[in-house]
Amino acid sequence: MAYTDKVIDHYENPRNVGSLDKDDPSVGTGMVGAPACGDVMRLQIKVNEQGIIEDAKFKTYGCGSAIASSSLVTEMVKGKTLEEAKQIRNKDIAEELELPPVKIHCSVLAEDAIAAAIADYQSKHQQQG
Amino acid sequence: MTLKLPIYLDYSATTPVDERVAEKMCDCLTREGVFGNPASRSHSFGWKAEKAVEEAREQVAALVGADPKEIVWTSGATESNNLAIKGAAQFYKKKGRHIVTISTEHKAVIDTCRALEREGYEVTYLDPESNGLVDVDKFAAALREDTVLASVMFVNNEIGVIQDIEKLGAICRAKGVIFHVDAAQATGKVAIDLENLPVDLMSFSAHKTYGPKGIGALYVRRKPRVRVEAQMHGGGHERGMRSGTLAVHQIVGMGEAFRIAGQEMAAENERIRMLRDRLWNGIKDMEEVYVNGDLTHRVPHNLNVSFNFVEGESLIMALKDIAVSSGSACTSASLEPSYVLRALGRSDELAHSSIRFSIGRYTTAEEIDYTIDLIRKAVGKLRDLSPLWEMYKDGIDLSKVEWVHH
Repeated sequence: MAYTDKVIDHYENPRNVGSLDKDDPSVGTGMVGAPACGDVMRLQIKVNEQGIIEDAKFKTYGCGSAIASSSLVTEMVKGKTLEEAKQIRNKDIAEELELPPVKIHCSVLAEDAIAAAIADYQSKHQQQG
Repeated sequence: MTLKLPIYLDYSATTPVDERVAEKMCDCLTREGVFGNPASRSHSFGWKAEKAVEEAREQVAALVGADPKEIVWTSGATESNNLAIKGAAQFYKKKGRHIVTISTEHKAVIDTCRALEREGYEVTYLDPESNGLVDVDKFAAALREDTVLASVMFVNNEIGVIQDIEKLGAICRAKGVIFHVDAAQATGKVAIDLENLPVDLMSFSAHKTYGPKGIGALYVRRKPRVRVEAQMHGGGHERGMRSGTLAVHQIVGMGEAFRIAGQEMAAENERIRMLRDRLWNGIKDMEEVYVNGDLTHRVPHNLNVSFNFVEGESLIMALKDIAVSSGSACTSASLEPSYVLRALGRSDELAHSSIRFSIGRYTTAEEIDYTIDLIRKAVGKLRDLSPLWEMYKDGIDLSKVEWVHH
């Protein structure tokens, strides 16, 4: 399969690889996918007091497109409010990376990862009252 | 010496045509050469072509200990498998309609059996043991009164394990079951002596043994005589078993390739075993690296390895300077991991993390060393990216995690 230059760029120079402290109340962690399907994405966001995502980190087990999609998402969410981040659609990711049809599921997974990370962050804050 | 990139380590997919073979083939194409139709009996062009075809038939027969009269030309191992399985099942259908095969067979066998199921045959797909080898007792137990045919591959294409064809064949012989063997991956790698091997039908391919693509053969035993119903009808070539004008250049290429294989096999296997050991020794000290399939009952050409917590397709992307294949079928747009590795009971993670390295005639020690270096860097990089690796390092049991399937 031929990959686009954008996918190769993110794959070879992935942005924001790493981990944030999942127990930190300002951090939301989303992990989606399953080893059985060949993709697992973990996206973490750090939200400041103004409700803006000031940092994002990822780790991904999966094909080159899955790695590129999650790398791209960390760049996209940074500086956005939670509401703005929720507006990111898989289509935006797929278009930016020019993913072929068989790899669209990677962008869907990346959208799910954003939603899961935001949900985790929000659930922490509901518990705190 | 400078390395030429990319490095080809996919000899189980296909091999380049040996220069000596290509030269012989070129002599059978143009008007100066042997271009005649071997079925033309009325002139010397035909006679010369027939002679070339019969010489090649002798060369193929010689490599596998058969009589030349037992060799039927086909377009390749896929056609040979179809002709053997459908042909024997149909010819002997009065005897019974049950077939036994192995779940790790090549698709050319599995899909042919599936086609027969749609015609009313019943097929048992036996799982091998976790090392990829068929348990002889389980195989014997699977044969029934109405079993007409059993089909087992000699050497597995994904994991390179060698089945005990002699024992399995003896069981079939004792029970009066026709025994077919797909030997596409075996020629030039393991010694085959059909004079003493209890096999009735055997499929061969030229392009896995430094011959051209598009040509193969089926061995059909004469003593005791085995019959197959033709699948390709026409001019009655190949004693009615396979019609169609013989492709002289292809046939001559296959003959020469098999002649060279017979001559060089012993020394070549020794050299390839050294390279395979060099490759395995270069990576086996890495954490969570597993060989798929038995290491002893295996051709030295194949090393199928799972790098746990790294996904195969991304690993192949990182190994772009070497041509290998992923045991996982992800690359073909389905998300299913290799059915062969699943049949061995490998977990999904390991099946998704496998790479098949296959070594051949032109592989060098420098290429192996370059490959080792590249693998170590790529696996290290991808594990740094892998949440599964991090979880493993934190002592989390991945089989107990509730995954969010999508």
